[in-house]
Amino acid sequence: MNTIIALSGVVIKEMYRRKDFYVLFVLTALITLVLGAVNFFNDDRIVKYLKEVCLLLIWISSLVIAIGTAARQIPAERENRTIFPLLAKPVSRWQVILGKFFGCWLACGLCLVVFYVFFLLLSGTREHQWPVLQYLQTFGLHWSLLAIVVGLVLLGSVVLTAPSSNATISFIVVLGILFVGRHLNTVALQQPEPLSTIVYTIYFLIPHLEWFDVRDLVIYGQRLVGWGDCLLAMAYAGVYTALLLGVSWVAFRRKALNL
Amino acid sequence: METILETKDLRVEFRAQSGAQGKKLALKGLNLKVQAGEVFGFLGPNGAGKTTTMNVLLGFVNPTGGSASLFGVDVREPIARQRIGYLPELTYYYKFLTAEEILRFYAKIFGIGRAEADARIDRLMKLVELDHARKRPIKSYSKGMQQRVGLAQALINDPDLLILDEPTSGLDPLGRMKVREIIQRLKNEGKTVFFSSHELGEVETVCDRVAIINQGELKVEGRVEDLVKQHDANLEQIFLNIIGYQPQLAA
Repeated sequence: MNTIIALSGVVIKEMYRRKDFYVLFVLTALITLVLGAVNFFNDDRIVKYLKEVCLLLIWISSLVIAIGTAARQIPAERENRTIFPLLAKPVSRWQVILGKFFGCWLACGLCLVVFYVFFLLLSGTREHQWPVLQYLQTFGLHWSLLAIVVGLVLLGSVVLTAPSSNATISFIVVLGILFVGRHLNTVALQQPEPLSTIVYTIYFLIPHLEWFDVRDLVIYGQRLVGWGDCLLAMAYAGVYTALLLGVSWVAFRRKALNL
Repeated sequence: METILETKDLRVEFRAQSGAQGKKLALKGLNLKVQAGEVFGFLGPNGAGKTTTMNVLLGFVNPTGGSASLFGVDVREPIARQRIGYLPELTYYYKFLTAEEILRFYAKIFGIGRAEADARIDRLMKLVELDHARKRPIKSYSKGMQQRVGLAQALINDPDLLILDEPTSGLDPLGRMKVREIIQRLKNEGKTVFFSSHELGEVETVCDRVAIINQGELKVEGRVEDLVKQHDANLEQIFLNIIGYQPQLAA
């Protein structure tokens, strides 16, 4: 456990000493505040648009942070050769994978807290409503989604040696799942065999990241998702993440590392 | 006397680089034994198999055949590395951390408590003469300073076996002297040191025993004085003879 905590600590330190998060947060805040300062066509629904833009920026930023941070973990350790003094200690490779995962996930969680506090303050001061519970639920689901994303990217970082190619491929896969994943079953129905079976298999294999996206409920002030459903979604994220980390460990365990 | 490090018929096979056929044997049945309290020099020309041997001992590469153990534990088990310290040839540390943070990180990995870690970090920072720079990020350090951080991290767990990969490479004469002093000090404390080096004069000064390997095979092993007496030559001449070097005289 000490090893996993120590490794996570290094990932978090790296994140707050790099400028990525600060740049993304300042950009999100600036864009949202500038948009909030003007009222196009005297539209009284401006707050909803503002919330929509702000949440979209938070989602984009969180994916950039999660993918960017996780993509460089193992390749950078190998490229900078920091993996050698590390593995020369009583550290097993599954501890490296778990330490990196928890580091990235916690780092993403810390960033999300800052983003969501900003969002809460922004919408609260505009709407004079403070739906803290709803935002907490949105945050929890968002963070659970990021666990799957970090697991997926870590698997990529074990298989692919270049962080840039891993980040690009991961972005395409995550965005593909978010935008297309939910429609694959409909697509499968319209295909002849065996394509239909193949598309169906992909539909059931991919993690359904869209289940964690409850932005519309927040924007339009609808009621909370049932807490049972929420917990089920989190358990689903936990199972998928565990599977991805398991595969990452198997791939990493077999890798020969030469000085 | 306790055997600290042992390899038995150790073989490592690599797939040949693209274009070449078949496999390359990096180690061909290497047998080594290092006893407690020894300073053991591991010598060989570039490509002889020294680094591959270290890679196996540190668990980076799995042997194709034979076995390797540290303190009687198979090197593939992470626990085999609980009592060792390792200094790589070049400094490979997280550049965004300070020297103190690096040492604290490794101390945590070894499960050393906070108070004990603080005491060890203070002692080691003084030993490697980096106390004044302990709060600075490693990226601002000179090469010699980074090498000293490496030495400090290798000693954080108060290891019984120290594996040093060319510990003085790239250091100025003063830096080399300091590393030699530290090795001597560890020897006096009864620690075992296993180190590879190309500095044969240094090896002759510091080591109790040496092994010379070439093309993945052990060519000679023994006490430095015995080898010198037996071959009636210094270590450098013995080394050159073993690797089959023929001096070319200028016309």
